[in-house]
Amino acid sequence: MSTQMARMIGTTTTVTGPATATAGRSASGPRPAGHGHRPAMRVTQLRVLRSEWTKLTSLRSTVWTLAAALGVTVVLGFILSRVTANDWPNYGAEEMRTFDATATSLSGMYLAQLAIGVLGVLVISGEYATGMIRASLGVVPRRLPVLWAKVAVFAAASFGLMVVANLIAFTVGQAQLSSRHIDVALSDPGVLRSVLGTAFFVTGIGVLGLALGALLRNTPAAIATLFGVLLVLPQIVGALPPRLARIGDHLPSASGDALMQVVRSPSVPSPTHGLLVLLAYLVVTLAAAAVLLVRRDA
Amino acid sequence: MIEARGLEKRYGDKVAVHDLSFTVRPGTVTGFLGPNGAGKSTTMRMILGLDRPTRGEVLVNGRRYRDAAAPMHEVGVMLEARAVHTGRSAAKHLLALAQTHGISRRRVNEVIEMVGLTDVARKRAGGFSLGMGQRLGIASALLGDPATLILDEPVNGLDPEGIRWIRSLLRDLAAEGRTVFLSSHLMSEMAQTATNLVVVGRGRLIAETTVEEVIASASPAAIHVRTPQSAALRDVLAGPGVTVTSTAADTLDVTGRTSAQIGEAARAAGLALYELTPKQVSLEDAFMDLTRDAVEYGTTSPNITSSSSTDNEKTLALAGIVGSEARA
Repeated sequence: MSTQMARMIGTTTTVTGPATATAGRSASGPRPAGHGHRPAMRVTQLRVLRSEWTKLTSLRSTVWTLAAALGVTVVLGFILSRVTANDWPNYGAEEMRTFDATATSLSGMYLAQLAIGVLGVLVISGEYATGMIRASLGVVPRRLPVLWAKVAVFAAASFGLMVVANLIAFTVGQAQLSSRHIDVALSDPGVLRSVLGTAFFVTGIGVLGLALGALLRNTPAAIATLFGVLLVLPQIVGALPPRLARIGDHLPSASGDALMQVVRSPSVPSPTHGLLVLLAYLVVTLAAAAVLLVRRDA
Repeated sequence: MIEARGLEKRYGDKVAVHDLSFTVRPGTVTGFLGPNGAGKSTTMRMILGLDRPTRGEVLVNGRRYRDAAAPMHEVGVMLEARAVHTGRSAAKHLLALAQTHGISRRRVNEVIEMVGLTDVARKRAGGFSLGMGQRLGIASALLGDPATLILDEPVNGLDPEGIRWIRSLLRDLAAEGRTVFLSSHLMSEMAQTATNLVVVGRGRLIAETTVEEVIASASPAAIHVRTPQSAALRDVLAGPGVTVTSTAADTLDVTGRTSAQIGEAARAAGLALYELTPKQVSLEDAFMDLTRDAVEYGTTSPNITSSSSTDNEKTLALAGIVGSEARA
């Protein structure tokens, strides 16, 4: 009977094309539930981005880790600046000359990078650990949109958070240093670059963690590798003969110092160098992760 | 429509699936039957592109699953292992899956209600019972209103109520014209839900058939009769094509006559009947009859050979289909 009605509508209202089509489909479709989705239902990169945003924000661990990264950045920035201000009279002339007020207030990033790095690992290794990855890749069988969406959503979230964290830490820190008149302003040369660069570095370490998580598909292994690269490798390179010591400039950890510094030191590479080194690590590890994600069984 | 052509999957030296070809026809409930380790899950993962076949290919509605524009609309999937992040709520889990396809929140709530998870939808999926996890899996499979459903051991570990729920749901889905492909290691379970069967053992195809065929091919069912005048009834029933056996003084097992014929014959002869019961053909028995000739590798496992009497039983024991009830 409904088919007949649909036909009648179809023949009488010849002008309204779309309405006819809709009536025809609803009458002929054997499956009533959710049939209206059909025309729009397909996978797009934008939709996968939205999905990954939901995933990122719907885990308590994400929220807590992001909060922790913000907390340690601000608290450590405050403490280090306060301690420095108190101890300032004991500084020597050379120490005063090389003192970097911006970097001091942003030093919380040394801890924040570990929190964000672990979160980056978990963004994908958590899916392997729980089996969620099969659902994720099952509904997006081309797979790469999932990886790119994870990287983009996570990078945007951690960069946004770290910019805010650094701005607060900077403001709080400079307020402490102002008692000795050794504070700097955001508008001073290189300061804004340092604030943004440090946020970029921490984000980069997070994305490096994500790439390692995708490559190793195992949370402890990926975290151990990331921490090894960040904390242990610099120690080993530091033990090399002086002629080979510049190898250390090409470690991810050196990028952090390079991007954070405002007062240049001969032992730290330039911010541009730091940026390029970090990007190189990200390009290589993400490319490897992408290739393996497509080739390996899920 | 699912078409597997010469599928093969090797993990190193181990062959999980060997030269497997079968077709799951639209609008049918097709059972994928075989013991644990027969290659069912691997095959399903290959259908979904989660595992890459070493050889051969499998097409869903005429093309590879990964080439579908809206995979969730083509195939709804529930794999055996839970594919859910334990820290996320059921609602957010489903929403995240739905968003990849631009499926609305309304539809998410609809499937949550459909599977009866409304009360726990905001709770973390990690705390779900097995039955709730299965319901969540079904919900995610239904999100995209798919033409085909692939369900790996959907009744595994469910309580009787959950099993009944899944069975009726599967029937409803099939009645709506959807293709359902579900795996199980139990023939009896398949008989409850499936019409068609793809039977595998050790990664190979043993039979591609229908439940009806399995039953029809079985030896005709006997009718159990209890009467105080068993000798007299035996004489009355005797005739061409009729077999009567007896296990006790007052009972007969009759083949070649229907219950009605036996009852009428007894009335005509003035004989009293205390019981007239058609005996159910055991599906496992029927299945053995059907695959009597399908024995290819029954001798490869000496342990099993020693404990089985016929070649056919060897195959099935090897496949783990017969006698797996106890284990399950």
